[in-house]
Amino acid sequence: MDPPSSLKLLGSWADSHTHRVQLALKLKGLGFEYQEEDVINPSPALLLHNPVYKKVPVLLHNDRPVVESVVILQYIDETWADNPIMPADPFDRALARFWCHFAEDKLAPAVGAVFSSSGEGQKAAVDQVHDNLKLLERELRDGEFKGKRFFGGDKIGLLDIVLGCGSYWLAVFEEVMEVKLVDPGTFPAFHAWLKDFEEQNEVKETIPAIDKLLEYARGIRQMMLSLSNGTSTTAPATAGTTSAINVTVDGSSG
Amino acid sequence: MAAAEGGEVKLIGSWPSPFVLRARVALNLKGVEYEYLQEKPGPKSELLLRSNPVYKKIPVLLHHCKPVCESMIIVEYVDVVWAAATRAILPADPYERALHRFWAAYIDGKLFPSVVAIAKDEPKMAKVEAVEQLHTGIKLMEEAFERLSKGKGFFGGDAIGYLDIALGCFLGWFKVCEEVTGLKFLDEEKSPLLVGWAERFCSDEAVKDVMPENERLEEYTKLCRAFAAD
Repeated sequence: MDPPSSLKLLGSWADSHTHRVQLALKLKGLGFEYQEEDVINPSPALLLHNPVYKKVPVLLHNDRPVVESVVILQYIDETWADNPIMPADPFDRALARFWCHFAEDKLAPAVGAVFSSSGEGQKAAVDQVHDNLKLLERELRDGEFKGKRFFGGDKIGLLDIVLGCGSYWLAVFEEVMEVKLVDPGTFPAFHAWLKDFEEQNEVKETIPAIDKLLEYARGIRQMMLSLSNGTSTTAPATAGTTSAINVTVDGSSG
Repeated sequence: MAAAEGGEVKLIGSWPSPFVLRARVALNLKGVEYEYLQEKPGPKSELLLRSNPVYKKIPVLLHHCKPVCESMIIVEYVDVVWAAATRAILPADPYERALHRFWAAYIDGKLFPSVVAIAKDEPKMAKVEAVEQLHTGIKLMEEAFERLSKGKGFFGGDAIGYLDIALGCFLGWFKVCEEVTGLKFLDEEKSPLLVGWAERFCSDEAVKDVMPENERLEEYTKLCRAFAAD
């Protein structure tokens, strides 16, 4: 195993994509140095190592940057063979990658829209989240993941990490926005999987406490409302707020 | 024979699609025999809807009747399943693989949408931004090519690799968009390496018989625009 100093992660404490990488490194038993980034004011290091997107997370391995959380996860898995994250079977790999794409392309933007909208727009966003969760629920109950404890099988894998690190926002947004997103009656398999995932030691060590997340989300929501009412003179620029929201839910560039 | 080792292979596709082309090039590189199922214009086939219920889009690879969706996911799948057939599509080194995957995601997330925005009749500001994004993207790809090719002919080195497929399959559409908009996407002055690479890619054995001819794509574009105008 490489000594910890060869691995450094630039991340943000409330960023789900950063959590993905932290969790993967933990599952692999890899030590790393962590540098907290201000997502509204990226550090010179972040701008240097991710000039294309200027966003977290960035994993530095022997000073070489790897960017984009799903790319990082596969890089980690291919560099350190123990405790594999990717399934062994090529079809299962393709399936895991497909649903990771779905999570980033469909689910995350829908969840983000719930948070950043109101009224009719929010209702439409909630419906969108439900439609997306129905697809996952179907796969868990009757599809390719039927009978499995986790998407990765007996252990957490790539898809669990990608979906799980972000799904905690569902409970946070339910409380802050006063909407129902994951009704255990409607999505029993997804609900059960999420609870099981969140109980894993490595996950508990990675995801911030719910109180902190609630406080953070309430703060952002307040800023957004202030900006749209034009009442705040101290709120950061809209772009900054958007970055914060994007980091919260959508994570980095992708 | 590659197909006999792997079992029955089908590809649901549509001839103008650059995403379908990616899957076809990968299969050709590996010498895989497959049945090509061309989606007809109009309502989507039952097979497509059943095989890709989430997105209902092509390409879909059916291997042992099991569907694999999303073009670059299909490319990786083909690379692993027919690993013994010919040289690998993805590089062996994990860091190089990460770079290929990163740039492929950039192409789909940033470069391709800017091309679409330019080709469509978008409002002026959106078009200006799209053109800027395109030029930035091409510049970045030129730099990526210099770094990844290491003086050889392709992003993958001596032969077509993952990133060659990701970008190369848009070359037909780049040409059509150039005709339609009068913009230059790849040019000798700003992206000389990519210009040379584009010729090599399009004339490669695995590509030349499946890349749609320019005239056919132009006709298709005219039809689409006529439909959109109606």
